[in-house]
Amino acid sequence: MKILAGYLAGLLFGLGLAISGMTDPARVIGFLDVAGAWDSTLIFVLGGAVVTTFIGYRLVWRRQMPLFESRFQLPTRRDLDTRLLGGAALFGIGWGLSGYCPGPAVASLPEPSWPLAAFIMALLLGWWLARRLSPTH
Amino acid sequence: METMSGLQGALGGILIGLAATLLMGSLGRIAGISGILSGLLFERGGNRPWRLAFVLGIVSGPGLLILTGLDWGNVSGDSGAVVGLPESGLAMMLVAGLLVGLGTGLGSGCTSGHGVCGVARLSPRSMAATLVFVLVAMLTVYLSRHMLGGSA
Repeated sequence: MKILAGYLAGLLFGLGLAISGMTDPARVIGFLDVAGAWDSTLIFVLGGAVVTTFIGYRLVWRRQMPLFESRFQLPTRRDLDTRLLGGAALFGIGWGLSGYCPGPAVASLPEPSWPLAAFIMALLLGWWLARRLSPTH
Repeated sequence: METMSGLQGALGGILIGLAATLLMGSLGRIAGISGILSGLLFERGGNRPWRLAFVLGIVSGPGLLILTGLDWGNVSGDSGAVVGLPESGLAMMLVAGLLVGLGTGLGSGCTSGHGVCGVARLSPRSMAATLVFVLVAMLTVYLSRHMLGGSA
């Protein structure tokens, strides 16, 4: 059941990314290009996702525990630090240069291209490096 | 066309929100792609099966649309296409991929984990991270497109 739940969540996620147009780096860069012909689509994607998740989370948190696990696993830290903000800034540069964040890149795999393959290979290397640099892993 | 792409965006966003709700309600987990995928690759233990299933699900969403010929995508050049081709060259994509991997690894999340799930939890860390990566990405596009004259 855990595997089925994971698969169905991923399937909905992938459908959402494809239908919203997030599997198109040109549309994402169109949103980031505030000085050009600005494309507002991403506002609707993020807005729809955040509002749905906000309501959905509060509904599922009414239960004591999730259906197939013994507890909800939520991050507890609330402080801001250099690692978080510096990491977010590095991610922002890469996102702006490519138009890809990790989800849309993976969801684009059914229509692969060399630039996409290069992005994903480098993405995996970056995650490996980040884990080497991180004291908690 | 703008209205249509906004509607499709909102519909896709709602599906993403339902996915995040389903993962929280069933497994008690945040639907953060960078955490789930890097965890699948670099961690051992009992979380591997559902993480693998989640990643296969992400790929099979657009894959099913393509296989069944359902033109529900929202690609700017060819609205109806499911996947858009990247414009950047190989070298640029290698640099960008490395920065996205390092940045989301060090910053513990990306658009899904921080931007959707974290903001929906009203987490101060996620709201700050989301603000930083959106503004820095906008500045990056401004510099590369309008100051340095690059195509991406």
